[in-house]
Amino acid sequence: MTLRDLLQRDRARRTTLVTGQVTPEAGRCVQCGICTYYCPINIDVRRHAWLGEPVQESHCLTCGECVARCPRGVLHFERIELFQP
Amino acid sequence: MSTRYVIVGQGVAGIAAAEAIRAADAGGHITLLSDDPHGYYSRPGLAYYLTGEISRAHLFPWREAEFTHLRLQRVQGQASVLDPAGHRLLLSNGATLPYDRLLLATGSAALRPTLPGIDLPQVVTLDNLADAERILGLARKAHSAVVVGGGITALEIVEGLREHCRRVHYLLRGERYWGNVLDEAEGRIVLDRLAADGVQVHTHSELAAIEAKRGRVASILTASGKRVPCDLVAMAIGVAPRAELARAAGLQVDRGVLVDEFLRSSAPDIYAAGDVAQVYDVRAGKALLDTLWTAARSHGDAAGQNMAGGSLRYVKPTPLNVTRLAGITTTIIGSVGFGRDADLVGIARGDSELWRQLGQALVAEDEHEVNRLRLLVGPTTLIGAVLMGDQRLSRPLQRLISEQTDITSIRAQLLAPNAPLAALLTRLTEGFR
Ligand SMILES: Cc1cc2nc3c(=O)[nH]c(=O)nc-3n(C[C@H](O)[C@H](O)[C@H](O)COP(=O)(O)OP(=O)(O)OC[C@H]3O[C@@H](n4cnc5c(N)ncnc54)[C@H](O)[C@@H]3O)c2cc1C
Repeated sequence: MTLRDLLQRDRARRTTLVTGQVTPEAGRCVQCGICTYYCPINIDVRRHAWLGEPVQESHCLTCGECVARCPRGVLHFERIELFQP
Repeated sequence: MSTRYVIVGQGVAGIAAAEAIRAADAGGHITLLSDDPHGYYSRPGLAYYLTGEISRAHLFPWREAEFTHLRLQRVQGQASVLDPAGHRLLLSNGATLPYDRLLLATGSAALRPTLPGIDLPQVVTLDNLADAERILGLARKAHSAVVVGGGITALEIVEGLREHCRRVHYLLRGERYWGNVLDEAEGRIVLDRLAADGVQVHTHSELAAIEAKRGRVASILTASGKRVPCDLVAMAIGVAPRAELARAAGLQVDRGVLVDEFLRSSAPDIYAAGDVAQVYDVRAGKALLDTLWTAARSHGDAAGQNMAGGSLRYVKPTPLNVTRLAGITTTIIGSVGFGRDADLVGIARGDSELWRQLGQALVAEDEHEVNRLRLLVGPTTLIGAVLMGDQRLSRPLQRLISEQTDITSIRAQLLAPNAPLAALLTRLTEGFR
């Protein structure tokens, strides 16, 4: 990976960080636990998937690990409007 | 007096029912019975536990706090007799549980063929956590393992064993893998991928006997006389609903416990949900079985609401599974095949009878290496789809098929030779999230 790639990735991540949240689709989830297992800061992502609620915890890094690891496409990033009227 | 609810089964159907009951009835007394000492855990997760992708602790979705919050009384024990007239359930330890409403959420169990050697201790099936631990224990010591059967579970066991054993043999009776759900090309992709991963695939190999030396599995013998040395044999030839309680109690049982649109069985105050329930499907026009986690959850939820006084008419959603077949992520949705599969007796795990109810439909296909899309095209809607590899279309397809979106505007193009299926579908679904 070149330095430019790295910087670009970092920028993409920052953008996600401010405008995205991990959103589950409960109807696809089988509670296998892979998302929770791989969360670097131990958020119980699976619980959010059960409840069908976005991961809104302020300390979620939006690192994308759970989204990428989920074997069933339950999780995706959803844009959020930061500055809602 | 508060209503006494008894739920037989602590799988996802039972859990979802308990949540729904508590949401509607704060004062009811809810008992959750299970004959599995491990209680509630993710059965689909067992596949990832076998491969080492998750730890044992991560199989359990609920912490103690969640059970406490719902005020559930959990009882470990086996229900042995259901007495609908007396409104009570007898347990094998002699205890009696009286009920006002009862839910049968007993799941399904793996079938075993009758064969010489089938009762040897190194012959395993995969129903529960204890089975997974047994398989892991045996696999760590085994040099060679044989897997027999079809559907998803057979491959999950193959993949799990591949992580621990030097040699894994997979026996198929015929030429094709899961021939009544996947088409020839899809089955071929799966078998080629297994072979590339070092699995010895034996087609046209019907298991005839399991042979032992000093009380331990030593080899298997096929009907054509081929002998494969092994220390472990895993069977995944299908499952059957655990409907014995219901059958013995005189409830209407076909392959599973027959329920009406409110998930009520033929006996008063007894409901059924999950793998054990045979539920009416509007698309097929008959009652069918599913062995799908999300189906079990939605049955349980609807049954729970109705047990607590609701009158929710349950409409079965289009059966969907997103799973891994030989490492290739695959979405199966709607009706995609028909007929019987030589390797399975009935239904497998993570499976749906609707998948094999394909009537008249035209097929549109698109394939790039392991990425493959097969669409079953009806007169005005898509009837089903199998998507292997790249999963970007999985979600849009789920909506198109379950919502029966009119595809007339692109139908002719979909069916044209070499049609760019992905691009056409994307155009149609651009408005979807
Ligand atoms: C290895 C494996 C892989 C799977 N993969 C997938 C997948 O990829 N996708 C998917 O959608 N589904 C998959 N499934 C299927 C899914 O797990 C089931 O459809 C789901 O668990 C069914 O839920 P249930 O509540 O109906 O039954 P279960 O989860 O089977 O629970 C049944 C409960 O009933 C209890 N019980 C039964 N009889 C008695 C009795 N007489 N007395 C007391 N208790 C009793 C059992 O102890 C258990 O607690 C898989 C299953 C397995 C085993």
